Amino acid sequence: MAAERQDSARTGGGRRHRGIGAPVRRKEDARLLAGRGRFIGDMRFPGQLEAAFLRSSLAHARIKAVHIPPHLAGRAFVHADMAGVKDILAKTGLPGFRVSAQPSLASGKVRFVGEPVVMVLAETRAQAEDWCEEIHVEYEELPANVDMLRAASEGAALIHEDWTENVFLVSSTERNFDEMLQDAPIKVTREVRTSRQCMAPLEGKGCIALFDRTVEQLTLWTSTQMPHIVRSGLAECLGLDTRKIRVVAPDVGGGFGWKGLLQPEEVCCAWASLRLDRPVKWLEDRREHLIAAANCREHHYVMTAYADTEGRLLGLEAQAHVDAGAYSVYPFSACLEGAQVVSNLPGPYNLPAYRCRTYSVCSNKPPIVPYRGVARTGVCTAMELMIDAVARAAGLEPYEVRQRNLVRPDQMPFTSITGKDFDMGDYPESLRRAFAMIGHEGVRARQKAGEPDARRIGLGYAVYCEQGAHGTSVYHGWGIPMVPGIESCGARLTPDGTLEVRIGGQSHGQSMETTLAQVACEVLGIDPDLVNVVHGDTAMTPYSTGTWGSRSAVMAGGAVASACERLAGRIARIGAHLLQAPQEAVTVRDAQVIGPNGSVSFREVAATWYLAPQNLPADIDPDGLDLVAGYRPTVDTGTFSYAAHACVVAVAPETGEVEILDYVIVEDGGVLLNPMVVDGQIYGGTAQGIGTALYEEMVYDEHGQPLASTLADYLLPGAGEMPDVRIAHMETPSPNTRFGQKGIGEGGAIAPPAAIGNAINDALAGLGVEMTVSPMTPRRVREAVQAARARAEGQMSQRLAS
Amino acid sequence: MKAARFDYRRPADILGATAALADEGAKPIAGGQSLGPMLNLRLARPSCVVDISRLPELRRVEERPDGILYGAALTHAEFEDGAVPDPTPGFLARVAHGIAYRAVRNRGTIGGSLAHADPAADWPTTLAALGACVHLAGPAGARELPVEAFILGAFETALMPGEIITGVSVPRRSARARFGYRKSCRKLGEFAEAMCAVLVDPETGTQRLAIGATEARQVVIADARAALGAPETVDEILREAGLAADPAMFRLRREVVRQAIAALDNESQPA
Repeated sequence: MAAERQDSARTGGGRRHRGIGAPVRRKEDARLLAGRGRFIGDMRFPGQLEAAFLRSSLAHARIKAVHIPPHLAGRAFVHADMAGVKDILAKTGLPGFRVSAQPSLASGKVRFVGEPVVMVLAETRAQAEDWCEEIHVEYEELPANVDMLRAASEGAALIHEDWTENVFLVSSTERNFDEMLQDAPIKVTREVRTSRQCMAPLEGKGCIALFDRTVEQLTLWTSTQMPHIVRSGLAECLGLDTRKIRVVAPDVGGGFGWKGLLQPEEVCCAWASLRLDRPVKWLEDRREHLIAAANCREHHYVMTAYADTEGRLLGLEAQAHVDAGAYSVYPFSACLEGAQVVSNLPGPYNLPAYRCRTYSVCSNKPPIVPYRGVARTGVCTAMELMIDAVARAAGLEPYEVRQRNLVRPDQMPFTSITGKDFDMGDYPESLRRAFAMIGHEGVRARQKAGEPDARRIGLGYAVYCEQGAHGTSVYHGWGIPMVPGIESCGARLTPDGTLEVRIGGQSHGQSMETTLAQVACEVLGIDPDLVNVVHGDTAMTPYSTGTWGSRSAVMAGGAVASACERLAGRIARIGAHLLQAPQEAVTVRDAQVIGPNGSVSFREVAATWYLAPQNLPADIDPDGLDLVAGYRPTVDTGTFSYAAHACVVAVAPETGEVEILDYVIVEDGGVLLNPMVVDGQIYGGTAQGIGTALYEEMVYDEHGQPLASTLADYLLPGAGEMPDVRIAHMETPSPNTRFGQKGIGEGGAIAPPAAIGNAINDALAGLGVEMTVSPMTPRRVREAVQAARARAEGQMSQRLAS
Repeated sequence: MKAARFDYRRPADILGATAALADEGAKPIAGGQSLGPMLNLRLARPSCVVDISRLPELRRVEERPDGILYGAALTHAEFEDGAVPDPTPGFLARVAHGIAYRAVRNRGTIGGSLAHADPAADWPTTLAALGACVHLAGPAGARELPVEAFILGAFETALMPGEIITGVSVPRRSARARFGYRKSCRKLGEFAEAMCAVLVDPETGTQRLAIGATEARQVVIADARAALGAPETVDEILREAGLAADPAMFRLRREVVRQAIAALDNESQPA
């Protein structure tokens, strides 16, 4: 079979292109669509114990006692049992940062509903849950900090008692800000709020820890995006040499950030497997996820935009709060989000003056974890709602106001007011194309005509740029537990002439088993079907910070190219010898070494090196066909992909129901490794963005109790809620990356709340409605309509009275 | 979450089922689309689960001159697919098609929906509007109740200990009968936040209106002539039923009732 494919790969000219830019079908689908994937839930070891965690039922309380019945000795464990295990620490080097230590099982206090207090191990999960019910925790309840604005104010009960206020960090910046702005012709102030969400990957978290005494190694199979980082964090907490730990991510069913951290449950299972010398497994269920992992997206903004009468921005002033939850999470810390608010709020616009202060607030909720888009979904919502508000104040089309303020192509490369280096692109053109695709004029005409069903039509735009694959120069200043550096790739030509490439990241939906094979194909001409992309196993792959931050196409893609280029040189040396040609006279192409008088296939080269070394000259380069190479972009401050989203909605003012009638995206991801995969990323991200815009919200009562514990209460958009999204690509190559590719993994999730929010406001503008709280649920729409009507009636009766 | 320990029994007939259900703490299960999650969340902790989904009496369809008697364990999907006859001009299939998701419809049963009595479920409101009757069997024998008398409140029914629903009889309607059905759901397949079903059969002069998703029993108006003529009279009915306290919900319910009435003339409107 392999030989046959090898032959077809050699047929040359007529062969269809399967390298970069080809819509190659996902190789991983053969396994995943047939149900042959292997996830943590599919794995089981002899003698395995299953863990259930008894979690805090209170948001903030002192633990007075934990009563464990005697028959559970050796089966139920509390913090004191884990003596010697260090707390999870995610400090930052940012001045003023307050440090929180996160114990793997609650110690002394509980700080959010869902925090693990007792770990119970049994032969089955059901048994472990039965036993959890026999354990009683005595609490002394403390006032819960539920609302971040109140949590940060004076007199709030301290969550970490050695702090002076419930604030991890205050980040701020001020550029060219001048009090003269107060005299600007247009001055618009808005309060914007986004709600707390769960990331809700299809597969929850899960792990199995197994200590192998024969090799004295702890192996943790875990549903993670960053096996090497989990390994380092785990070694630190357990006090083990890193070499004694192997972390393996098997198939992972979506991450979105929720699998980009070291989790207390991972530390607990690893510790228990060492203590009991048995495999220990934990699988997060949906209820645990909704309660203990509602950990993202909650922002609050008060913003003032200053503009001239033409709608040109003169300045922006903002005070923002980010609800960072109870602890600083390893490795990203509690402050990535808040600091990104400060640096990303101005978006893709020319902004002459800027002042922003952001509070990363500690609250009695699950600790914040960066979710796809990180702070950008919130800042894009806030900024884009402001742009529309400015447009209304100026009496201009929001489209026009955007065009007047976007960074222009002639300004590229461009350094933004917060020092972001936009690499290359034509932001106004993306918006122009979105304008054309959505049929702007037609929608405006339809609005004038009115709808037969009394619904109101609205048109909304949003533009953003997305920094991806940012490296050392951006991250070293943070002082967090990891700094991405040079990305490595291992490449090995196997004895039959097929290829393995090994990367330290993890593909959990990004299609890297396909796209990185395409990169290898691009460099070596080898068919992607003959390339295995090995990932997710610390024992088999070079170190990497993992898959996050829209970095893999750029970083892993670049590293695979580097490794394949190096390998090509070694293959060429052997091939040249076999062809009896000087090395300068041969080239590597189509998985062959081609010389002046003939060619040899990779298969022949590999067979010679591995199986017939007697045919090699004595002075052959001894380094062979197995190597590790590294890559870093020429400028490592990140690529800036960008997109313009436009959508048309129909809003029923009486029911508050919103239907998305049309949705278009014009995006620029630079050179696309696989356009079909990019489209898939955008569709998926957009679905999540629609969730943020219209559905997803974890509501808490005043005691900090989460009010949703099933997917009937926490609504995720489904297939029925997805519009037929139309995508158009611009491909402006990044000047800084190997092939001109840019990171686009998160973008789809950034703009929908802004575009949809603007469309709803556009639809309801005639009623005097402007909404600034997401998700814009039917109830919120109805309440806003009602409030606007009450205002209008009030004004009317005032007028009549006067 | 895993269910707490329970026993499982599958009796062969109704007699065996009612006997098994005489045990305190026993609970019947048919499609399990509500009880299943409640078991796993440990909100329901029966000592024994009695599977009645395959009882022959609960799987029958009996044509009668005045209507059809459906076994309680017929699934939503069987109604949706037209696998069972319909005594109305297609109303049952139309409603069944909009229940939750296909996976739920494949297993969920018409009797289970009535027994669970979720006010936001489709069948209780629909069947009340259609004037259907619930057939019960228990230790004290068999009896029949109109749907609106069977459902006493939210998740509350007239079922006595040991009693099960054996079937539901739906009256025959003329070919000229019309049915307006509207529900407002946060998303496709979710439980409704507001719902209304209206039946008009000119041949018999029937005009019935039922309001669901009330957090209590359905509001059933057996003679809905006034409401159909002047939908604003429904406002008063909603107020009387205590459904007007929350202004935002009141607006929604009022609009949904209006749309259901309007849908009588245009049944192609989305549910």
